[in-house]
Amino acid sequence: MQNKSRNLYLIPYVLWIILCVVAPILLIVFYSFQDIHGNFTLNNYVNFFTPVYLKMTLGSFWYAFLITAFTLLVSYPTAYLLTKTKYKQLWLLLIIVPSWINLLLKAYAFLGLFGKYGFVNAMIETFGIGPYQLLFTDFSFIFVSVYIFIPFMILPIFNSLDKLNQSYVDAARDLGASPFKTFVKVIFPLTMDGVKSGVQVVFIPALSLFMLTRLIAGNKVITLGTAVEQQFLVTQDWGMGSTIAVFLVLIMVLFMILTGNRKRGL
Amino acid sequence: MKKKFKLSNLYLIFVFVVLYAPIFYLMFYSFNEGGTMYDFTEFTWDWYVVLFEDTRLLIIVLNTFIIALLSAALSTVLGAIGALAIWYVKKNYTKNLLLSLNNVLIVSPDVVIGASLLIMFTFLGIKLGFTSVLLAHIAFSVPIVVLMVLPKLNEMSPSLVDAARDLGANNWNVLSKVILPYITPGIFAGFFMALTYSLDDFAVTFFVTGNGFSTLSVEIYSLARRGVQLNINALSTLLFLFTILLVIIYYFISKRNARPTGLEARK
Repeated sequence: MQNKSRNLYLIPYVLWIILCVVAPILLIVFYSFQDIHGNFTLNNYVNFFTPVYLKMTLGSFWYAFLITAFTLLVSYPTAYLLTKTKYKQLWLLLIIVPSWINLLLKAYAFLGLFGKYGFVNAMIETFGIGPYQLLFTDFSFIFVSVYIFIPFMILPIFNSLDKLNQSYVDAARDLGASPFKTFVKVIFPLTMDGVKSGVQVVFIPALSLFMLTRLIAGNKVITLGTAVEQQFLVTQDWGMGSTIAVFLVLIMVLFMILTGNRKRGL
Repeated sequence: MKKKFKLSNLYLIFVFVVLYAPIFYLMFYSFNEGGTMYDFTEFTWDWYVVLFEDTRLLIIVLNTFIIALLSAALSTVLGAIGALAIWYVKKNYTKNLLLSLNNVLIVSPDVVIGASLLIMFTFLGIKLGFTSVLLAHIAFSVPIVVLMVLPKLNEMSPSLVDAARDLGANNWNVLSKVILPYITPGIFAGFFMALTYSLDDFAVTFFVTGNGFSTLSVEIYSLARRGVQLNINALSTLLFLFTILLVIIYYFISKRNARPTGLEARK
């Protein structure tokens, strides 16, 4: 009797897994071996290892690295200070709220803020330095990306800091460790899990961002994500797009293994 | 010591200001008569009038909500079934396999999900538009619901089910009278998360939306590429207020979430 009910639940769920997880992956691998006319080819893979794509991949990594590093740099102190406040859950909620505002609207806001006559340039001008071209630069791309990812980084770090047993910190201090040493030797290693999942949550999406590169970076930055979108929706070369997507998945898997395969989740 | 405290507060305030500044900047200029996102000339409601006269945009808003509600509802059902399926599987290997497959869509980059679903829909001959967007949203919402419901199932004491069976409950009774009431908070949280994911999604939708159909994110993207238009600001103000409303609802759900488990522990 129980056997029967178990099978019944599995049917729709396994069907979903096959249709939405397994089949799409197989299809994308299948398409990566096809040229525009649908013939079998290995050219896409050969193409990927030409300087053009390798340079793009490296560039994409470099941007994702910068974005992750800056996000971590801003988020860790914020998460740490948040755990020290009264009503910390309420403050945390307030940090999370901006992440629920539609991504596109936030990117759009920066079109205004960073615009030639926008708020930031107006601020700079009061200090007597002339208006800068802020939009469509590397700086604006990284700044906006960091802005968008901050809440996602703060959340896991906050949770691990919150779980940290205060008596370890007290013990370290009692044994004569300076605040700095306590942080380096005790607090940071113990919250490494939070940092890891934060880095995972930021790095992979940062590799594959594509709307920001178009809106904010003005097509100057090409990430792996932009390349996939370009191949699929503009050039219509699904084969090449699939190949890049396959590499994106491989990089993701590798990255997950390297950072200790922790699952994301709130 | 006191000075240090002040400094740290300053940092927090700075982060908050940076996080909220763009949002309030948008809202502020939605009242600008001048029509640009600089030089506030005069207060006006004009952009809201423009917004509500734009039937095309309103239909898109409506579509977005219909997609969000439908996909959240359907994926909640599917996700809850999935969580039950994983929970009923006793073999560890199978359980882990199912969980890993479940998490694939959560960790995959949006573009990869979008691209692979685009291939899939074309392969199956599903026309791009409402159906494809709905199916895509269901696809990526299901694993989230599973992850929200599964912890509730795991925390439920197996003796509850055993007791019900001993007292003569059949499978359906056990499900409807014991399991479902217990996991309801998880189901609500899952529904809510699916709703926000669907409302927020841009990348996946962008791939599978086709020509005739559009959701809010995609529409804002194409509007924003044409430059600044203040009716977008007006729209974002309304969406911000709506988000705040959702946050308040979520706050109460999570409060309800916390209470029954607390009682359980005391028993």
